[in-house]
Amino acid sequence: MKKEFKVIAQIIKNSKRVLDVGCGDGTLMEYLKLNQQNDVRGLEPQKDLVQKCIAKGLSVIEGDAEKELIQFPEKSFDYVVLSQTLQAFLAPEEVLKQLLRIGKQTIVSIPNFGYWKVRLHLLLKGTMPITKNLPNEWYNTPNLHMCTIQDFANFCNEKNIKIDKSLCLTNEKISEITSGNRFYKNIFSQLGIFLIQ
Amino acid sequence: MNKETKNIKKLIVHQSLDLDCGRTIKNFPLAYETYGTLNKGKTNAILVFHALSGDQFVTNINPITKREGWWTTAVGSGKAIDTDKFFVICVNILGGCMGSFGPKEINPETGELFGTTFPVITIKDMVRAQIYLLEHLSIDKLLAITGGSMGGMQVLQFASSYPDKTYSAIPIACSASHSAQNIAFNELGRQAIMADPNWNKGNYFKTNLSPDKGLAVARMAAHITYLSDKGLQEKFGRKLQVKGNLKFSFDADFQIESYLRHQGSVFVDRFDANSYLYITRAMDYFDLTKQFDGNLANAFKKTKAKFCVISFSSDWLYPTRENKEIVIALNACGANVGFVEINSDKGHDSFLLDVPEFLKTLSEFLNSIYNEINNEKGI
Repeated sequence: MKKEFKVIAQIIKNSKRVLDVGCGDGTLMEYLKLNQQNDVRGLEPQKDLVQKCIAKGLSVIEGDAEKELIQFPEKSFDYVVLSQTLQAFLAPEEVLKQLLRIGKQTIVSIPNFGYWKVRLHLLLKGTMPITKNLPNEWYNTPNLHMCTIQDFANFCNEKNIKIDKSLCLTNEKISEITSGNRFYKNIFSQLGIFLIQ
Repeated sequence: MNKETKNIKKLIVHQSLDLDCGRTIKNFPLAYETYGTLNKGKTNAILVFHALSGDQFVTNINPITKREGWWTTAVGSGKAIDTDKFFVICVNILGGCMGSFGPKEINPETGELFGTTFPVITIKDMVRAQIYLLEHLSIDKLLAITGGSMGGMQVLQFASSYPDKTYSAIPIACSASHSAQNIAFNELGRQAIMADPNWNKGNYFKTNLSPDKGLAVARMAAHITYLSDKGLQEKFGRKLQVKGNLKFSFDADFQIESYLRHQGSVFVDRFDANSYLYITRAMDYFDLTKQFDGNLANAFKKTKAKFCVISFSSDWLYPTRENKEIVIALNACGANVGFVEINSDKGHDSFLLDVPEFLKTLSEFLNSIYNEINNEKGI
């Protein structure tokens, strides 16, 4: 399992109710269920991945987060997880609102567009950046709303969203983001992970 | 009692059952069939609910009709509902015509067949009656309940009325309340039967003439609703029965016509017209949302069962939208639910046919429940 999921699992701890939005093949869900006795549900738009989850005994609903989140009652989960998907929504702000409504706390991870390799790619090559985390071309990328760690922090600040924890990931190494080091972390991190409410 | 159904498994329920219509029945027969072996812990039982035209003979050869069981694609040795592993039970519904208490049975008070003096049955009545069989088999908790179409409605009713009696529930291609369109199609079928002069207000058993034409038309109309536009076009298109020219008559020129006529004629051999009236009525009356004052979520408040809701992309009779309403209600009350829409061109009938993605999902979900129960019990 990738480091990002381990970090998310550590934040969640044991015996919590969790909704994994865009759960994919259920890797994180399965870990949370088997190792931490979490009560986990998932939402995933791709049929084949939903079927994989059902085969693993995971309760996953086929559906698009932009339409389906509305059905979940307020604060019905201890944690709602959104891993590297926020940038792919048509209306990420609306999705985020729903996540904050459903979850007592929400964990959001974003691929950091401020990472130095991304900046350098655009600066030197003059073409849209392609990296390990952002492998697609501009014309077939699912990512519609890329942002940086700084952008996300600014957004939370503007919208009065409380950030309880902000972490960053670079080459499998995890560290904390503070207001003092954010400028540097925004250059040297591939991924930002935020615990918000 | 009916002659042809004399040698099939039956439980005579001696307790009295208060029907939704206000009448009370007792000493009534429930015909059923089982497949596979019940394990020692009685933890491998699956109750399958049949749909409108089905019966208790889920798989293998139906001893009455001599045809394959209606869910042979899904149930049997090595199949999705594996009878080597699971103990499968299916009961002929109340109002049915395969040996259970229905309009084709003799009314002990009059010594005549019930016909239309039979009480109007609801989905809830059907489910209540089946509890007696579970008691008879000493099964406290089922591994799963499942069924498609009207079978799915029974799944929903069972899960709501008996929240502790099953570990899991798989409603397939169904709805929590019958739509106007579906009531309309059922009414069309009933009117076709009642318009047949042989129907004789339901007393056709007195004249030895049966409303075969009416029942066949009802079946033909219903059969169209089980398919999809695309499926029909691909299978039949405008293909002619006899190659060459049109006959300029009202014989079956097109293959689709002769296909439908065939479907109608084989149906009347095995089905009772009055049963068709009663069962379609039960479907129309089904409204689980109304049972809970307009809030479907309340229907599932007490359930701890794990749900797997399945719909089919080309099903326009019980469309994905209606299946999703069940999912939404389950989510609203915090129930444990998974949902998948299976891609298929075969319409509502998909649940009866060999649709690999569907059968795979069914099999894998059941196996995951089986493993969970056995791990829990340390078997």
